[in-house]
Amino acid sequence: MKTWEYIVRRLVLLIPVIIGVTIITFVVSHVIPADPARAFAGGPKAQPETIARIRAELHLDKPLWEQYFYYLNDLIHLNLGKSFLENRPVTTALAQYFPATFELTIFTMLFAVPLGIVGGIISAIRQNKLSDHATRIIAIVGYSLPIFWLALMLQYAFAYIFPILPLEGRLSVGMASPQFFTGFFVLDSIISVNGATLVSALLHLVLPAFTLGFSTLAIILRMTRSSMLEVMGSDYIRTARAKGVTERRVIYRHGLRNALIPTITVTGLQFGALLSGAVLTETIFNWPGMGRFAAHAVLGLDFNSVMGFTLIVAIIYVIANLIVDLLYAMIDPRVKLGGG
Amino acid sequence: MVHLFRRSLLSMIGLTLIIILLLVALFAPFLASQHPSYVEVSTEQGTTRVEERWEIHFDQKLLPPSADHLFGTDDYGRDIFSMVVYGSQTSLRICLLVVFIATIIGVILGGLAGYFGGALDEILMRITDVFLAIPYLILAMAVAAALGRSIDHIMEAMIITWWPTYARLIRGQVLAIREQQFVEAARSVGASNSRILFRHILPNSFAPLLVEITLDLGAVLLVAAGLSFIGLGASPGTAEWGLMISEGRTVMFHAWWYVTFPGLAILLVVLGFNLLGDGLRDVTDPKLRR
Repeated sequence: MKTWEYIVRRLVLLIPVIIGVTIITFVVSHVIPADPARAFAGGPKAQPETIARIRAELHLDKPLWEQYFYYLNDLIHLNLGKSFLENRPVTTALAQYFPATFELTIFTMLFAVPLGIVGGIISAIRQNKLSDHATRIIAIVGYSLPIFWLALMLQYAFAYIFPILPLEGRLSVGMASPQFFTGFFVLDSIISVNGATLVSALLHLVLPAFTLGFSTLAIILRMTRSSMLEVMGSDYIRTARAKGVTERRVIYRHGLRNALIPTITVTGLQFGALLSGAVLTETIFNWPGMGRFAAHAVLGLDFNSVMGFTLIVAIIYVIANLIVDLLYAMIDPRVKLGGG
Repeated sequence: MVHLFRRSLLSMIGLTLIIILLLVALFAPFLASQHPSYVEVSTEQGTTRVEERWEIHFDQKLLPPSADHLFGTDDYGRDIFSMVVYGSQTSLRICLLVVFIATIIGVILGGLAGYFGGALDEILMRITDVFLAIPYLILAMAVAAALGRSIDHIMEAMIITWWPTYARLIRGQVLAIREQQFVEAARSVGASNSRILFRHILPNSFAPLLVEITLDLGAVLLVAAGLSFIGLGASPGTAEWGLMISEGRTVMFHAWWYVTFPGLAILLVVLGFNLLGDGLRDVTDPKLRR
């Protein structure tokens, strides 16, 4: 079956890409700095003994290809080095911060994707009317905004001028985290039937998710709108209408299904934007996730953490796009039949 | 084609915004009330680097917007309007250099790969696949962190991040065009490979490239500002829009103007590039003739 062939083929292609990514992270960390040992030791203020020790530990005097194999060996053993800012392995730190980022990302997608699609459909249906123009302008402003600036403006407006939303963090100050089941505060609060924590967690998600998702919403809206317009003008839609199918059915059963296909691709690509945006958004909202960890690592010259973060994010992004491609393959019959 | 462009209000707004940016950058010394000085500073690598210095007026710190200080002052008493105006020069320089150099690298590599195909093409595709597997900001962040904090380094980092986009774009264009009849015709009268590539294929790839360049000028500005915001890029005291927002954040609740105006500047410039790029795409894409 063509679909399975496609899936297997894509899974196999994953491996060289991930290896390629490790080559890039290796080159960036071991080749690009003027003195990699100094970079790993923490920059200009590092002690000579530390630098010498790190040079030995990381085999930095050996030829490059040998260094790469030591590097790969470390990766296979899930060793990303030690974060000297947090005084623990990078992998441990990332594992701890991952649920917070993941929860934020999920809620961001839950907000941006449905709204974007609905907005795009409405815009397409009311093409060139005022609501269409207004929506399009908001959308184009939406992805022209610097995300960290939007975050600050929202903080100022809704946590200071009209203080209806919390300023930062995942929970109210002093509130204990819900009992640990998944690491996702919303889920954990529901499972442990903790109403106060649930409300607090949800309220704290509002501003960060909105900030992170606004540009994604804008892009999905534009993509849905333009692919709806393209599809709605096509022959088979005209046929459906000529057959007497009701307009609502035409839009939803025929138009939308096909218009959603490029939208799915865009959503996958936007995931990368979400991971990037998380670095800036989490910093401003003091959200204890991987993004904030990376930003602090950059500022604190914690090079191991920066490179560990980069590698993990790249792998997540590659896997996310793989999932999107597979979804795409299952939905679009042209892929199944080997064409398209 | 130009008349179609002129009919689109949004495209004209975009063009206007960019023209304003260019004028502001060009005439910065006439528009600003305060002016920076530039000093040479030695770096830890032993080379020298030029740094921007602004005069400090502690008696005027954190003043709200007024006739004297259109955008207010910062916590060192510097006029924010002047800093935003001079910041336009920095931003423009970053955007233009990064996109220009990334385009050249990408066009050369992508053009060669698309035209000659074979192993060269395969290798390029694999390499660009890997680069494009890492989100822009994050790759630029890693490279810039490896290089050290400076504006030149973030430009280098962004060039490394962006060239694959152009390589892929041109490769796709070249692949599409080289099978067309006029290329076959040129080949049949004995035109050399380089002549076909430069006189026939590349000029016809120009339109999508121009759209991509325009849109990327905005995208690069956003990434550059983001990198400066997290502490790479401009050194403290430079009038760079992203850095100003980062510094303004500490006093945001009693001096909203410090964060607001540089951010507004970024928004308007990126908006201008996006509107302009959209307009160019609409007039050059034959599918969208509505």
